[in-house]
Amino acid sequence: MEQEMVLKKEKSMSTNFKQILAKLTPSIKKDGIMKSLKNTGITLLSILLFLGLWHMGSKALYNKEADYKIEKALTERGEEAAAAERACIASGDSSCQPNTLPSPSQVWASLKSLVADHHVISADKAAFAEKMAATNEKMIAAGKDPIVYTGRASFIDIVLTSIKTVFAGFLLALLIAVPIGIIIGLSPSLRSAFNWFIQIFKPVSPVVWYLLVFMIVKTLYIGDSSDNAFVISFISVGFCAMWATLVNTAMGVASVDKDYINVAKVLKLGTFQKVFKVILPSSLPLIFTGLRITLSVAWMVLIAIELLAQSQGLGLFVWEEFQNGANDSNAKIIVAMFVIGIIGFLLDRLMLAVQNMVSFNKNEMA
Amino acid sequence: MAYLELNNIYKTYGEGENSTEVLSNINLTMDEGEFVAIVGFTGSGKTTLVNLINGLLQPTSGEVLFKGVPVTDTSHERGVIFQNYSLLPWLTVGQNIYMAVKEAFPKDSKKVLMERVKEYVAMVSLSPAINKRPKELSGGMRQRVAVARALAMNPEMIIMDEPLGALDALTRGNLQDEILNIWSKDKRTALLITNDVDEGIYMADRIIPLKPGPNATLGPEFKINIERPRDKTAMNDNPEYKKTRNAIIEYLMDIGDERKTVSDVEYKLPELTPKSFVA
Repeated sequence: MEQEMVLKKEKSMSTNFKQILAKLTPSIKKDGIMKSLKNTGITLLSILLFLGLWHMGSKALYNKEADYKIEKALTERGEEAAAAERACIASGDSSCQPNTLPSPSQVWASLKSLVADHHVISADKAAFAEKMAATNEKMIAAGKDPIVYTGRASFIDIVLTSIKTVFAGFLLALLIAVPIGIIIGLSPSLRSAFNWFIQIFKPVSPVVWYLLVFMIVKTLYIGDSSDNAFVISFISVGFCAMWATLVNTAMGVASVDKDYINVAKVLKLGTFQKVFKVILPSSLPLIFTGLRITLSVAWMVLIAIELLAQSQGLGLFVWEEFQNGANDSNAKIIVAMFVIGIIGFLLDRLMLAVQNMVSFNKNEMA
Repeated sequence: MAYLELNNIYKTYGEGENSTEVLSNINLTMDEGEFVAIVGFTGSGKTTLVNLINGLLQPTSGEVLFKGVPVTDTSHERGVIFQNYSLLPWLTVGQNIYMAVKEAFPKDSKKVLMERVKEYVAMVSLSPAINKRPKELSGGMRQRVAVARALAMNPEMIIMDEPLGALDALTRGNLQDEILNIWSKDKRTALLITNDVDEGIYMADRIIPLKPGPNATLGPEFKINIERPRDKTAMNDNPEYKKTRNAIIEYLMDIGDERKTVSDVEYKLPELTPKSFVA
């Protein structure tokens, strides 16, 4: 009898518990949790698989290069040299390491060393600023330029320079392409007037854009000793990337639904009102698609342009590491590659979020 | 002087060999306060006719006179309810109507205009949906917004281009009553374009069939001598209703037959090239 009571109590307790749980998690459905868990699991699994393949691939390449080195030592310098080479490679000494695709762990180590390097350099910078504080105050008081830190830039600074360049270029593209796109979208005759121009300049490669901008900016900056690498690179990036926005804006404006135009006419909206209240809102989705393409193109051409312009960004970093040929150079290049990829991805998400915020048909794009 | 007058209207699309005469020799007079329905098959040029009257299109020859003055542009005096609602999807119901009201009464303060918007939204009983976007509304609700938008501008004449064509029968019936209510309150002049003979008989004083295009022209008019307010169920037994309805349908059927017998005429399709964008 007593036992039965206890059982009953336990049962009611367990149902109570279930009810409380259900109350606590009313909005999250069980299916939803399972689905997102499953998706995360699949993503994690594919990342692990990728890392594994990468690791095995880099190991195979490493072995191939090591074998070749030992073989070469054997044929050229004999048995003893080969044994020394083998021992040297096995010891991990940096003087004789095979130089090939780095493994994930090497890349991870490089990333850590780059971050550590950043801390060292920022400490240096802070110390320098402190040391120079008194002198700089005097110099500013005397009307001279203060002394600034001109040492090596850290990896984080480099990334920030690149992001700055892309945003400056993107803003330039936006300020040029959207207004021109609207104007040529509104007028068919202007559209045909501009068409040859767009068709010819759209496929021009980033390198040529850089040279073109260089020719002009160099002359404009003549006699000015200040560094114009940043200006040249962001203008080139902007010119390279603006075409998608220009074409999409013109198309969006030109293809506004005839019904909306009729509404504007029947309501007798003025030209200004018609453009800003009817034509622009209805072409916003296409304009934003263009802007997203522009941003990703800007980030893509950035590397080539920074390399040419000698601007202290990721492009130059990658190129210098390649020329440098140090032991961890390859790993640093791969780090830069991942950083570029991840930032590009984040920028696209950012644009998508802005697009969803300002557009009216939210479900139609992704 | 008639309120609205259409004299020998011809409308041709295209030029040279590719031209098609959509409307030919259209003559129509309407008096103030009258409710006229034009009934026609789809593709007979009804929308073209509406756009000529509201000023979106100009006739190739002939003239449209509104209160004795030729129509050369759209006007706030003639409110239009479009076939496909034509609401701006990025604006809410209130904003859509506000935009129209602001253009129609530029001198009024924002507060007065907002009051007006609310009044007309309430009139089509959509007050709870005033902050919703057209996408969130059903077809019938959207059309009611379009009705409210046209009427909020306080036009002297309402032009309706198949306003209820896309709605289901029940919603259509309700909206017919709503439009009639509004019309009878202020005794505005109304022109209804429709493909539904029953709708025309229920709502209008006169029905004029449009012979199908190309070369569409207006047929003989049918007067509807049924007292208002009309009752839908009672009307079914009204001999006058039956007579008129049969006459109109017979007439339309005859044109349809006529149209079939001349179908061996080969129509040359216009040579169209896609619009070229900067791409």
